[in-house]
Amino acid sequence: MSAPLLSIQKLEAAYGQIVALKGVDLDIMPGEIVTVIGGNGAGKSTTMMSVFGRPRASAGKIIFDGQDITHKPAHEIARMGLAQSPEGRRIFPRMSVLENLQMGASVDGMAHFQADLERMFDIFPRLKERIDQRGGTLSGGEQQMLAIARALMSRPRLLMLDEPSLGLAPLVVKQIFDVIADLNRNDGLSVFLVEQNAFHALKLAHRGYVMVNGQITLSGTGRDLLANPQVRAAYLEGAH
Amino acid sequence: MSPSMSITRALREAGFAGLVAAGLAFPILTLGTEMDQSNRLVLEQRWSWMAIAAGLVFVGRFLVLAFARKPARAAPHTGARVLSPALAAALPRAGVIALFLFPMVMLFWLGPQGSLKWINNYGVQILIYVMLGWGLNIVVGLAGLLDLGYVAFYAVGAYTYALLSTHFGLSFWICLPLAGLMAASWGAMLGFPVLRLRGDYLAIVTLAFGEIVSAVLTNWSDFSNGKAGIMSIPRITFFGLPFNANENGFAATFGLEFQAIHRTIFLFYLILALALITHVVTLRLRALPVGRAWEALREDEIACRSLGINTVNTKLTAFALGAMFAGFAGSFFAVRQGFVNPDSFTFMESATILAIVVLGGMGSQLGVALAAVVMVGGTEVLRELTFLKQIFGSSFDPSLYRMLLFGLAMVVMMIWRPRGLISSRAPSVFLAQKKSVSGTHVQEGHG
Ligand SMILES: Nc1ncnc2c1ncn2[C@@H]1O[C@H](COP(=O)(O)OP(=O)(O)O)[C@@H](O)[C@H]1O
Ligand SMILES: [Mg+2]
Repeated sequence: MSAPLLSIQKLEAAYGQIVALKGVDLDIMPGEIVTVIGGNGAGKSTTMMSVFGRPRASAGKIIFDGQDITHKPAHEIARMGLAQSPEGRRIFPRMSVLENLQMGASVDGMAHFQADLERMFDIFPRLKERIDQRGGTLSGGEQQMLAIARALMSRPRLLMLDEPSLGLAPLVVKQIFDVIADLNRNDGLSVFLVEQNAFHALKLAHRGYVMVNGQITLSGTGRDLLANPQVRAAYLEGAH
Repeated sequence: MSPSMSITRALREAGFAGLVAAGLAFPILTLGTEMDQSNRLVLEQRWSWMAIAAGLVFVGRFLVLAFARKPARAAPHTGARVLSPALAAALPRAGVIALFLFPMVMLFWLGPQGSLKWINNYGVQILIYVMLGWGLNIVVGLAGLLDLGYVAFYAVGAYTYALLSTHFGLSFWICLPLAGLMAASWGAMLGFPVLRLRGDYLAIVTLAFGEIVSAVLTNWSDFSNGKAGIMSIPRITFFGLPFNANENGFAATFGLEFQAIHRTIFLFYLILALALITHVVTLRLRALPVGRAWEALREDEIACRSLGINTVNTKLTAFALGAMFAGFAGSFFAVRQGFVNPDSFTFMESATILAIVVLGGMGSQLGVALAAVVMVGGTEVLRELTFLKQIFGSSFDPSLYRMLLFGLAMVVMMIWRPRGLISSRAPSVFLAQKKSVSGTHVQEGHG
């Protein structure tokens, strides 16, 4: 078995007095889609954000590609091949779609900007139509596409997505998840997916973790977790 | 357009506004203090003033409510009305050409005496604020870092030239880059402690920074000669040739008759060049990664971090660059006045420059320039209104009403164009042909 691409070990993190993570262990192998599911406030977003150093890990380690990145600044982590699309998409609203994509490519100095831009147009044809439009005027689905495309512009080896399905119509969610599956299958992109939409996430992911109150309570293959009665009761009832 | 409100409702709301005005006017206008013969302060009551203020507000509010279109509904559609895109594109070039011709035209038209006021009070004075506005625009408009102490860097530049030239005899042309460097390093120095602050907190710390610089200049007399300031700062030279009547002076060297206006015209071109450099550098940087990162930072800092943008460097460069241009402007100020003291670098100056940036439409170069013309030019125009003395008596000084006009301009702008004179933001790159990305519809926050 090969070494994990991202390994989070006994990670603890806090916002002032509020302890959000109480020892999280999580591995992502190269080429894997791994999802973290859990209720509101479980600490999913915090886990993802602390990989980029905010909030800082108060204990534990984060290893990416064999290197300890726990105390590295965010821009160095990004340069190692990690990209993040934070919760709420966070498009630059007054900047055009093209400028948003440029911001994603600035990590490696826009070295392969033109080629990557064409690739994004292949993956998300909608973005080509909207290229000179302001990010803030896109629909929710288009914004999510832009957020993913923007993160992909740095040619990451691991893509971290926080709730890409948030507030989107089921059809658009399916579209987005299909793109993630394609990227993983065709390009071998590893994906760390944080979701509340447990059903879709577990169907897509190779493996999943269930997070409750700052701790991992369950883990297994996507299929196993989907069949797990506890998971069904807590996260899937009425979801489809 | 149809009236937006029934007359009775407008009357009721206008009455309310009038009451509020009366309440505000009571402590400010009604109660006044006067000195009596034995130099004691006595309280004076001026109820008529309050009545007039309340009446004006009532009538004004009533007219707006009853007969004006609703601003909230009208605002989103006024995007292109103030400046059509074609005009907005042609205006800067025409403006630059006009500015180059301005002193010459004035000189031929009004002669050396008559043109002095126009070139100096309007030309040079406005251009200083255009430059300061553009410099602050990098920090506030582009990078979105609210800086209330910008005048500190202006002071650093002015004192750099004043001290280096009076103590070490360095020429302006050596001190100009030094002043920029000095101010830039102070900008970076302010940047470090405020890296983690945003919005209100940043504003408070930068405000304090401006006050500290001015307090140091006032109180550290050994260094800055305190309140008295630094006098007889060497005047500008034409790259070494002094503007005087000597035979090695500028006029004699070029075979001209000596005139004081030569210096003023040279100062005009100097500040014009400095302002244009500020503008061109800003435009170029906007198209480079660092400039784009400024704007991204203004839009969403968390997104910047997650895209691996070095937010520390981005903020520091914005602070340092903005400060550098203030430093240039400061040394220009010192060489123009020949005298500096802390009174020129008060919070009022920071507020004026910030008002220019905000009124111009944060981030718009043209808007900032127009706002500087209106604000600073307006102040100069006030000075001209001497005929008002005949109406209000000889002690009436119209230029004291400058702040009132600023306030009025702010209020009118907030109603009419809440995002500033020019709120459309042109993207720095296009894939296909040029289209303006209008900012008028953008909502705050994250869509
Ligand atoms: N910026 C913040 N400041 C303080 N507390 C926060 C902040 N962000 C999240 N929290 C708290 O940390 C805990 C975990 O939040 P989060 O990671 O956002 O959960 P999830 O993404 O699973 O919904 C919650 O209790 C939340 O209230
Ligand atoms: Mg979350």
